[in-house]
Amino acid sequence: MARMVTTRNKVISTAAAWLAGFLIFFPILWMVLASFKTELEAFAIPPSFLFFHWTTENYVTVQERSDYLHHALNSIIIAGGSTLIAMLIAIPAAWSMAFSPTKRTKDVLLWMLSTKMMPPVGVLVPIYLIFRTVGLLDTRSGLIFILCLGNLPIVIWMLFTYFKEIPKDILEAARMDGATIGRELIYVLTPMAVPGLASTLLLNLILAWNEAFWTLNLSTLEAAPLTVFIASYSSPEGLFWAKLSAASTLAIAPILVLGWFSQRQLVRGLTFGAVK
Amino acid sequence: MKNVLCAVAGAASLLISAPSIAQTTLTVATVNNSDMIRMQGLTSEFTAKNPDITVKWVTLEENVLRQRVTTDIATKGGQFDVLTIGTYEVPIWAKKSWLVPLDKLGADYDVGDLLPKIKDAVSVDGKLYAAPFYGESSMVMYRTDLFDKAGLKMPESPTWDFVVDAAKKLTDKAGGVYGICLRGKAGWGENMAFLTAMSNSFGARWFDEKWEPQFNSPEWKKTLTTYVDLMKQAGPPGASSNGFNENLALFSAGKCAMWIDATVAASMVTNPKDSKVADKVGFALAPNTGLGKNANWLWAWSLAIPAGSKKVDAAEKFIAWATSKDYTKLVASKEGWSNVPPGTRTSLYKNPDYLKVAPFAKLTLASIDAADPNKPTVKPVPYVGVQYAAIPEFQGIGTQVGQQFSAALSGSTSVDAALSAAQSATEREMKRAGYIK
Repeated sequence: MARMVTTRNKVISTAAAWLAGFLIFFPILWMVLASFKTELEAFAIPPSFLFFHWTTENYVTVQERSDYLHHALNSIIIAGGSTLIAMLIAIPAAWSMAFSPTKRTKDVLLWMLSTKMMPPVGVLVPIYLIFRTVGLLDTRSGLIFILCLGNLPIVIWMLFTYFKEIPKDILEAARMDGATIGRELIYVLTPMAVPGLASTLLLNLILAWNEAFWTLNLSTLEAAPLTVFIASYSSPEGLFWAKLSAASTLAIAPILVLGWFSQRQLVRGLTFGAVK
Repeated sequence: MKNVLCAVAGAASLLISAPSIAQTTLTVATVNNSDMIRMQGLTSEFTAKNPDITVKWVTLEENVLRQRVTTDIATKGGQFDVLTIGTYEVPIWAKKSWLVPLDKLGADYDVGDLLPKIKDAVSVDGKLYAAPFYGESSMVMYRTDLFDKAGLKMPESPTWDFVVDAAKKLTDKAGGVYGICLRGKAGWGENMAFLTAMSNSFGARWFDEKWEPQFNSPEWKKTLTTYVDLMKQAGPPGASSNGFNENLALFSAGKCAMWIDATVAASMVTNPKDSKVADKVGFALAPNTGLGKNANWLWAWSLAIPAGSKKVDAAEKFIAWATSKDYTKLVASKEGWSNVPPGTRTSLYKNPDYLKVAPFAKLTLASIDAADPNKPTVKPVPYVGVQYAAIPEFQGIGTQVGQQFSAALSGSTSVDAALSAAQSATEREMKRAGYIK
């Protein structure tokens, strides 16, 4: 009897999980479907779910009008570059704060987070002036720099919480057994920190990939990433949903695939420390 | 893979064999409207005639473009050489010396051929600061079949009483046809463009001669009450989130008997490829109340040169090309007369080839002529602009007021409460900006 209840529960929870997953995925699915519709069908009320005239003309138009590869390459370089630099700065910072905290560590952490509380538009003009003066407008290095700065507080906070979860006793035990600092780092700490590092890296990559304020405002042509590519398909006077959906589908495809393949690390990292 | 390699090799060989003459690269910032996209596609015709100039395009969403271009021009960032801006920005930016006056457009440019109202809207103190690329007013687009069926006849210049009455008679909610579709989405360029133009026809104004906000006037109350009541009885559901595009889709799908909006929509709703009602659309002037002003606006997407550009000569050459009579002919020869950018030149409205394919041409011209940005209202006002007041503060105030009016339309606030909130918000902002004490 007990087994039957368990099975029923399992079925219900599986169905609930699938339903939740479907609901969360639905906007993306809808966007992909809209990208295969004509403009009138994409706007039609009531909307048709699957029974419409499928067309790839939007993708053809997008390919003809914009240089997708140029934008995608910029996105990869900017998101990848800013993530790597942010990780290089954040790992030692979080490490030292987690393992040798001082009286002021908490204040430093809060101060770092406070920089995220200011709306970015508040510093747009000063940043724009600095970028103009040093010649960083519309350059990849400028965008890497600003995105790295923007994401650093979150990266440090995430890494700090992961490192905090690693019990110090384990390190002490390793030392008691005569491990050197190098061995301690490689054999004890790294395996325990990898899920946390991986999920921080992925999350930072996604944040940098999707960042739309600075990338739209500080790039023009040469450094323009996929956010600019998408923004060029919204029209004040004319129907554009289908073409915008096609552009958006192309823009999120790389990061979606990456997320799909690394979801194990992502889930493991995000739930790391949730159960003690 | 082989194709990719071929493409890479091809691109590399092109780069290597590029001619070595000194190149001027123009960066043009624009919006994603079909006329602009067409211009983008025809750029090669310009560069063929001017081999020393390369044109690169930055296409952005309207509000992003506005923010991007404003930041760049205010900081003299010099990222753009040609800007696409509207009639709202031209007088404000010209007074700040942010734009280069266009006085070298060439002998054959024929400035006198520009429609006088449009030319006024992009000039300051008689000097042209932007060249109009396409111009628009607003008018009534209506379904001739539904009007015939109901035994109604649309006058060429209808009154609001007629429009309200007809909208109620033509509404068939069960059949999914609504008497009238109007903008409801909040925004200074969305519902406020329509409502400000509508208020002009009711004798209302944004500010009196001393910049005092006028939302507590009986004229504004009449405007907003008429609008909200009309939309409740004869408008589509969820109208408070409808802008130009939503109404375009509704009208094209045959769900609206009348739609009052931009004249450029006329070529879209009469295009059989995009519209189910293409052969059943009639046009009339925007409604009035007999006070001498119709509820129509005036707008022109125009090309201008920012003061920070170091390539003024090449930029002016490009602008002269893109807004010339020859460009119109070029578009006509490649894509047909129905696709030429409308609303800027008198000669276009005398061209029999254009008049043949554009049944809306006469009303578009009459609508543009009926709007006067220098004298937009029945009572005198201290500002320029028909559906906006050309002051920098208007974008913010207009959107705040638009949110109140959108809320009145959706029913979450009353007409009186919306007007009083609009009045106090506008007073506060105008005091802060130093217009009033």
